Amino acid sequence: MSSYRVRRPGARVDFDKPLTFSFDGQAYDGFAGDTLASALLANGTRMLARSFKYGRPRGIIGTGPEEPNALMQIETGAHTIPNLKATQVELYDGLVARRTTGWPTLEFDLKSLGGLFSRFMPAGFYYKTFQNQKLWPKFEHIIRQAAGYGSAPSEPDPETYDHSHRHAQVVIVGGGASGLLAALLAGRAGLKVVLLDEQNECGGWLLSSPHSVIGGEQASAWLKSAVGELQSLPNVQVLTRTSAFALHDMNLVLAVEQLQDHLPIADRAAHQPRQRLHRIRAERVVLATGAIERPLVFGNNDVPGIMTASALTTYLNRYGVAVGKRILLQTSNDHVYQGAADLARAGCEVVLADTRTRINPAWEKRVRAAGVDVRTGFGIAYARGRRAVTGAQLVKLDAQRNVVVGSGPSIDCDALGSSGGLSPTVHLYCHDGGRPHWDEERLAFVVPEAGRAKSGIYGVGAVTGEFGLQNALEQTERITRELLSSLGKSAPTSSGNLKTDEPDATPARRIFRVPDGRAEGHGKKAFVDFQNDVSAADIHLAVRENYRSIEHIKRYTALGFGTDQGKLSNVNGFAIAADVLGKSIPEVGTTTYRPAYSPVTFGTLAGAHAGDTFEPRRYSPMQAAHVARGAEFEPVGQWLRPWYFPQTGEDLHAAVRRECLAARRGVGIMDASTLGKIDLRGKDVREFLNRVYANAWTQLAPGKCRYGLMLDENGMVMDDGVTACVADNHFLMTTTTGGAARVMTWLEKWHQTEWPDLDVYMTSVTDHWATAAVVGPKSRQVLAKICSDIDLSPSAFKFMDWREGTVAGVPARVFRISFSGELAFEVNVDANYGHHVWEALMDGGREFDITPYGTETMHVLRAEKGFIIVGQDTDGSMTPLDLDMAWAVGMKKPFSFIGKRSFARSDTAGPNRKQLVGLLTDDPQIVLAEGAQVIERADVTPPAAMLGHVTSSYYSPELGRSIALAVVRDGIARRSEDGHKSGRDLLYAYAGGKAHKVTVVSPVFVDPKGDRQNV
Amino acid sequence: MRKDYSSWSLFTKGLRHNEGWNPAWRSAEPKPSYDVVIVGAGGHGLATAYYLAKDHGVRNIAVLEKGYLGGGNTARNTTIVRSNYLWDEAALLYEHALKLWEGLTEDLNFNVMFSQRGVFNLGHTLQDMRDIERRVNANNLDGIDAMVLDAAEVKRRIPILNTSKSARYPVLGASFQPRGGVARHDAVAWGFARAASKYGVDIIENCEVTGMDIANGRIAGLETTRGTIRSERVGCVASGHSSVLAKMAGIRMPIESHPLQAFVSESMKPVLDTVVMSNAVHGYASQSDKGELVIGAGIDHYTSYTQRGSPHIIEHTAAAILELFPMFSRARMNRQWGGIVDTTPDACPIISKTKVKGLYFNCGWGTGGFKATPGSGNVFAHTIARDDPHPLNRAFDLARFSTGHLIDEHGAAGVAH
Repeated sequence: MSSYRVRRPGARVDFDKPLTFSFDGQAYDGFAGDTLASALLANGTRMLARSFKYGRPRGIIGTGPEEPNALMQIETGAHTIPNLKATQVELYDGLVARRTTGWPTLEFDLKSLGGLFSRFMPAGFYYKTFQNQKLWPKFEHIIRQAAGYGSAPSEPDPETYDHSHRHAQVVIVGGGASGLLAALLAGRAGLKVVLLDEQNECGGWLLSSPHSVIGGEQASAWLKSAVGELQSLPNVQVLTRTSAFALHDMNLVLAVEQLQDHLPIADRAAHQPRQRLHRIRAERVVLATGAIERPLVFGNNDVPGIMTASALTTYLNRYGVAVGKRILLQTSNDHVYQGAADLARAGCEVVLADTRTRINPAWEKRVRAAGVDVRTGFGIAYARGRRAVTGAQLVKLDAQRNVVVGSGPSIDCDALGSSGGLSPTVHLYCHDGGRPHWDEERLAFVVPEAGRAKSGIYGVGAVTGEFGLQNALEQTERITRELLSSLGKSAPTSSGNLKTDEPDATPARRIFRVPDGRAEGHGKKAFVDFQNDVSAADIHLAVRENYRSIEHIKRYTALGFGTDQGKLSNVNGFAIAADVLGKSIPEVGTTTYRPAYSPVTFGTLAGAHAGDTFEPRRYSPMQAAHVARGAEFEPVGQWLRPWYFPQTGEDLHAAVRRECLAARRGVGIMDASTLGKIDLRGKDVREFLNRVYANAWTQLAPGKCRYGLMLDENGMVMDDGVTACVADNHFLMTTTTGGAARVMTWLEKWHQTEWPDLDVYMTSVTDHWATAAVVGPKSRQVLAKICSDIDLSPSAFKFMDWREGTVAGVPARVFRISFSGELAFEVNVDANYGHHVWEALMDGGREFDITPYGTETMHVLRAEKGFIIVGQDTDGSMTPLDLDMAWAVGMKKPFSFIGKRSFARSDTAGPNRKQLVGLLTDDPQIVLAEGAQVIERADVTPPAAMLGHVTSSYYSPELGRSIALAVVRDGIARRSEDGHKSGRDLLYAYAGGKAHKVTVVSPVFVDPKGDRQNV
Repeated sequence: MRKDYSSWSLFTKGLRHNEGWNPAWRSAEPKPSYDVVIVGAGGHGLATAYYLAKDHGVRNIAVLEKGYLGGGNTARNTTIVRSNYLWDEAALLYEHALKLWEGLTEDLNFNVMFSQRGVFNLGHTLQDMRDIERRVNANNLDGIDAMVLDAAEVKRRIPILNTSKSARYPVLGASFQPRGGVARHDAVAWGFARAASKYGVDIIENCEVTGMDIANGRIAGLETTRGTIRSERVGCVASGHSSVLAKMAGIRMPIESHPLQAFVSESMKPVLDTVVMSNAVHGYASQSDKGELVIGAGIDHYTSYTQRGSPHIIEHTAAAILELFPMFSRARMNRQWGGIVDTTPDACPIISKTKVKGLYFNCGWGTGGFKATPGSGNVFAHTIARDDPHPLNRAFDLARFSTGHLIDEHGAAGVAH
């Protein structure tokens, strides 16, 4: 065992379980129960980082999420994690850690050369220089290379994450003494309780002071029995290694549970997620988040070996590590005294310099009895040492004012702890809008004792400023009883004796920056924020330059911007700013506390929504059939639709050509299952349709279908589809594939917020139906082979009719509608029969050489007919009139419809609008780029006026040439009816630097009279 | 204007313990009256004051701010600057801004760290690629730098991007604007404040407007928490609360205010040297000079004035970022926050005169105002000084919501069939 190890009774490391680990390639020993930080300290490692700006040597300061310096790269390869705080990494056998700063080496950091010129690099210096925009990228490159701590992994994450939803009556954040007592009381009252603690075991500060006394027994014994009782209560769940990182409105606590990170990689269970995000909605939230000790600000206070005083105590009592042999403690309050006594009893030489002249006599007696050398009225002017602290120069302070009145001794030491008081962990309380109160007596921003009981948020213990153990426990009991009664419960029994052996507290000294007798900025650098190298002088400078709002000070100096989120630095910063500004601390206020309390893994936030399950892939019921036939797929919204069905040796163009000709001349079949389908019922459905569609629905009889255009409030087309009348009060609407959810939400919004009086019920049935479109002159013959109970004759089953019947032995709805302009039947069956019916149609169509086709052929066929695709040929700026679809607008409907009023707007009604047209290139083999801009002249020197753009463009196998749809300003008037190709009908389409000559024509290229679909 | 920020001044002041620095701007007490009052000391408002003073010779100007200057969306955005918009009106306005960005550091004698590291807009579907092609062609014809890149080229330029064909939404290509980039958001507010202050502009913080004095259809002054301030010209640039201010003048703004969230990772070594945006998976990211991934999320669908949003939005955005960059799975979110964005029906701003003579509004920038900061201030200053819109903001008139002449940047598009 290293000489820094001390076998402390009550320590939480298991000296019988030695472990090995490595740091920067060197092997070290530790024990089960260690953190990486405690193990490194036990090995004598002091400097393990270099500072962000000046490259100064840095060591461990804290014991938990407040740690600003010891940021580690843990593990390598795919398992690597950047920026973990060594204080939060549980040691396991074989752990591999690396430094994240110090280049080229920790011993010699290039930035430390820059640090020599630090006086020329005050806060915000970069705003004042590097002003040449041309050279800035070069400067910036250097700045970027110098910045950053750990490295992102370069490989995909081998581990998984998940989310869990919980509902609790009481969620308690923090498993220290107060949190445990609150959980016991609520648990005994029978409430459903969740207790969260970020550490590997409950206990909080009790783990660092196992010998304090609660109700006559040792704290360690009290802790053991409390945890034991909680574990025995079925209504209480204790989640350790679970960090509550955010509190959102309506008492939603977000917490991350670490499930695997404390295990050697080889021991991690493959089925177990690495971390789990708990979303806990609670009736009552109890914040028992405790407090974090705040260091004092003095010269060279960043030298490795200088810590918070409580960290020295924790490392000693909890981890069995005496960080130094000769320890100097600097304090302004009583909190360090127990630790001072413990360190002295553990064999350290301890000097305790208290800035106060009047100290607590009871504590003084105890520490002197333990052998502590107590000096009162002294502050540290500056520390000595560079890579490890070697001592400190003390100065005599005025009894009242924070000024130097005389010199003091120089004290040698190899570890130094300071305490300027405790800063309650108020973060969660503030996340959802709470503001902390400044308590001038306790020198802390606290959660008010009453919390926000009206919203169900309570604070107990140190977070409210009750720093003494006995006071905290008594307050916790009182507050928890109030909470219980608010839920109609009472604590069944007394909590027992909560008496401790602490002396009554003596007031702390109000001191944050220990003076060194020199003007700020003239003496040694005194750091407020270690991670961002913000010194007290930087705060002075910010104020001098009129960055006086605390938010400006923060943003100008970077105070509190680090991965520790200012847990050690913020209050010191606020206080120093208040002094400079001549304001009180509450007048200065705090910056905003935002989630996350401590950093949260991206993977945990995403949970299962990563990789293949980022979003579900939706497939039609016929997917297996398409895969078997070698389809290529196109993502459309969440769906994957067959794009084309290549046969051996075919590319997209060859396949599409074959598919198109089959549908035009023989028979094709397409899977249309993905179209959105909404089932509408109720006596007012017709009226509802009248209002949400541009056209009229009053007359549509059962057995008939109609195409409808849906408009937004601006009168612009937002979706389209065919809706069928099933019965007088029952309709089936289809939407675009990608628009299904949007339309459903849209309809519900209008129904619920504007027309709740209409009797309409909507159900999304997209997934319930499978749809096969049989398309082409021979489609009737194909269908007839497997459907005998529907009269398919042209006179009995007309275009835009639908019929109920049996197809391939399955109940079906057959629609005679067409998106290709050909005779076509869309067969709708229960989705479970989709694959069966598809195969039956393929069988029935074999003798007609039925050809499956995908979305690309569908696009070509519909473009040949000038049928629009919403979202491709429209972009939210096209009215039905712009699309030359006045026939789909029922201006005479008695009640208005969505978008109608906008038609009267001067611009919407005016001339020169962009309108849908067809375009033909001079060279029939040139297929224009979709997205080509339509311009008037071949000259493309910017700025060139644009008249519109190409929305759809294909090679038409039917016509043996290219065709395109476009929207063009005043396009309808430009259409050449007789192909004269001169004047206004002659334009250019520009894409990728080239302009092609085009003629504006009608968008209907094939069968302009529409005869084919009516046969 | 004297350039008192330079390497030389850093050197000389550094020798004297940095005690010789002057206030970056002057904090003023409100005077009884001004020629022009700007409401809102964000980037846009301060830029407006700066250009009013610099380009239009107006000297007696106040900028009122209810909190601290630059504390609204200027302090909360993800700092992306680009001008590759679809419609001429928008593209030309943002391009005007981009050109000003390119000289802003030198103009203000304040390094706003405008870093032209390029902006990629990824395409994941065939329709995305059609839209990209259309936008890039339009940009080229408007004289804006833009290009279409295929997936292989995107991968070459952003090696860490997941361009695998087996991704849930594979990357098919991207548009790229090389002149786009990022800037240091706070510095923009401070730089404009300092430069405006040098022209004598009064910057008055902690001064909230509580009422408007309007007589005979003209603005006469403002009621504020620091007293009455007379002015016959008032420009309101108060993102997040524009409709609240407009209501004081009896104007119903076509605006909804929504929370918009963003978050940053912990600081890491440089790994992403450009800006990547994806509408389809809905996330965008860049890496700051300090090493943090700066990530923007979508807006919350409900309306709100609290500067915080719903956690599921953050979760979805993290998932989107991992879809683009799976290797960030083990990186960690350090801090999240929210701001309030004023959104218009066509996702384009309103820079306009109003029915009240002398009262002007510059608002409705939605999620994209930061990139326009200098351009917005520049044309708004023109509008106020001349009582007539600059040619570049004429189309952004309030009247368009009556005439229907919308500049629909988001459209109702999306994926169909």
